[in-house]
Amino acid sequence: MSNTAAPVLSVQNLRVSFDTQDGTVRAVDDISFDVYAGETICIVGESGSGKSVMAGSIMRLNNSSTATTEGKILVNGIDVLTASEEEVRGIRGSEVAMIFQDPMSALNPYFTIGKQIAEAYVVHHPGASKREVHDVVLAMMIKVGIPSPEKRIDEYPHQFSGGMRQRIVIAIALVNNPKILIADEPTTALDVTVQAQILDLMMSLQKEFGMTIILITHDLGVVAEVAQDVIVMYAGHIVEQSHVDALFHSPTHPYSWGLLGSVASYGANKRGDLYTISGSPPSLISLPAGCAFHPRCVHSKGSGSACMTVQPKLRDVGTDGSRSACHLTDDVLISIGRGSDRS
Amino acid sequence: MFLFVVRRLFFAVVLLLAVSVFTYLLFALLPTDPAALSCGIHCKPETVLANRIRLGYDKPILEQYWHFLRGIFVGRDYGFGQTAFSCPAPSLGYSFNQHACVTALIGETFPVTAFLAIGAFVLWMIIGIGVGAIAALNKGKWQDRFATGFAAVGVSLPTFYIGLLVLFSVVIWFQILPFPSYESPLDNFSAFITAMILPWLVLAVLSAASYTRLTRNGMLEAMNEDFVRLGVAKGLRLRVILRRYVMRQALIPIVTIAGLDFAGLLGGAIITESVFSLPGMGRMSIRAVVDSDLPVLVGTTMVAAVFIVLANVIVDITYGFLDPRVRVS
Repeated sequence: MSNTAAPVLSVQNLRVSFDTQDGTVRAVDDISFDVYAGETICIVGESGSGKSVMAGSIMRLNNSSTATTEGKILVNGIDVLTASEEEVRGIRGSEVAMIFQDPMSALNPYFTIGKQIAEAYVVHHPGASKREVHDVVLAMMIKVGIPSPEKRIDEYPHQFSGGMRQRIVIAIALVNNPKILIADEPTTALDVTVQAQILDLMMSLQKEFGMTIILITHDLGVVAEVAQDVIVMYAGHIVEQSHVDALFHSPTHPYSWGLLGSVASYGANKRGDLYTISGSPPSLISLPAGCAFHPRCVHSKGSGSACMTVQPKLRDVGTDGSRSACHLTDDVLISIGRGSDRS
Repeated sequence: MFLFVVRRLFFAVVLLLAVSVFTYLLFALLPTDPAALSCGIHCKPETVLANRIRLGYDKPILEQYWHFLRGIFVGRDYGFGQTAFSCPAPSLGYSFNQHACVTALIGETFPVTAFLAIGAFVLWMIIGIGVGAIAALNKGKWQDRFATGFAAVGVSLPTFYIGLLVLFSVVIWFQILPFPSYESPLDNFSAFITAMILPWLVLAVLSAASYTRLTRNGMLEAMNEDFVRLGVAKGLRLRVILRRYVMRQALIPIVTIAGLDFAGLLGGAIITESVFSLPGMGRMSIRAVVDSDLPVLVGTTMVAAVFIVLANVIVDITYGFLDPRVRVS
């Protein structure tokens, strides 16, 4: 957090909403954060908290005919949201690359995987010779750990297992040596045994390529293992942004307390029960007034309080660089966050 | 792949044999006497009998069928002595109404049908896929609404109605074109085009409607695929994504239906040919029905069946090329 260099990615006051027949869905509501070179930042939150939409807008992947996007997303000083199509194409795959959740559907079933990796390279290296492209593709396949790449380069996606396909997706993402890699739940759809392999691969490739990783996940085990900074999202807002150690040892938002309490190894109380956050996430069409989390929050101060009328702003809490969007006072947040019984 | 083709072709032959049995059953089931029909109402009984023997209708139905089947491969001789004549292989029988070999009759009428089918097919694929693609790319805008409307109207209007409407308006009221009268393109190319342009357009526009719908929905479905999103994330141009990712997927069901539709058309575009008085196989089939000209009916049915069965085999093989997932299994 105490980085003096310019951020590689700066998201400023990002709002994304979708017009649907039922009303306007505010998927992302006023989000700002910076990401610095070489760091790994995790974005956690329940399904529907706006993580994937937010990630999609970094590469302007959201459907422009239904999504309304406001704010700024600066990559290399270029605002992705207002740049020309040609400029954005130059960023996609070359500056910022993306890994998707489901490797079973992320690859084009009609072309060999060699062609698909090559395609990603050639579009940003138009002058490359066939020989060069072939060598780059083979080298990339070796790097992501695909056995006998000479043979498999001419095979189709359906001939690969899920884990192998995710390796190919990673190869496609890294073939142009991007500065930022966005991984949208890259292990969710994989077998547990394969998940660790894919994460290890991503981390070792991060060392080799020196890229920044933005990892979207709801697996807090993964977060503890790989993240430096963590952003916790709830209903389209950032509710907490902390260093990973701070988040796990002294989280500063009631939602984070609930989230951590619901993890098996963390939240088991004396009887061995897991903590659950009661209720379900709000509809993004009609968010509760005030703090969006207040209906589910055991610390909510009741009717007429700020929790129900004023939307809390993200502010610094304590001295370890944690930021929280909660109306509770700093002292309360810190003491409960450090305490053993957070519920 | 080779084995797959051989197996498919084998089943195609079996299927055609079955079709030939069922069509030939017409001879046994219909209460018409081909021999009597061959010489009119005022025919003497002995002439009918002579005709029956000459054309082979005195034999049991199974034997008749055998001669028919054999004729396809080795040709067929009719009559004895002075009145003897033969239909060379592949013989599909002899039309006692038109006093000609069925194969020769089909040879005359089939080119007309083929020209009609090819021209209409090319036009409708261009119109159907083009309009469908424009609709998909402008989903929800006026282009899309127009295309959807076009598809709904096109699918629900019958050919005989639109055909007659076009014929009346273009030829009779506005007199833009002369009344279509078919000429072979080898003899008089401009007359050929003049005669074919209206049937081509009518057939194409009406058939294009369902292809518009198919293309639009197929493309919209493909655009939601994860792999298309990855294509965008790679930084590919929209044009490339549409061609390699979206169209590639959307075209697969279209190929299947187009193959079968085209084959069906080659068996005779009965209504279009009748409305525009084109001397094609479809119109000949209709006349054969009216005249109880059974050999012609059996012949045209067999030709149509061959096209449809062949198209099925070709579509299956093309499928393997278009979708690698089918190829392996």
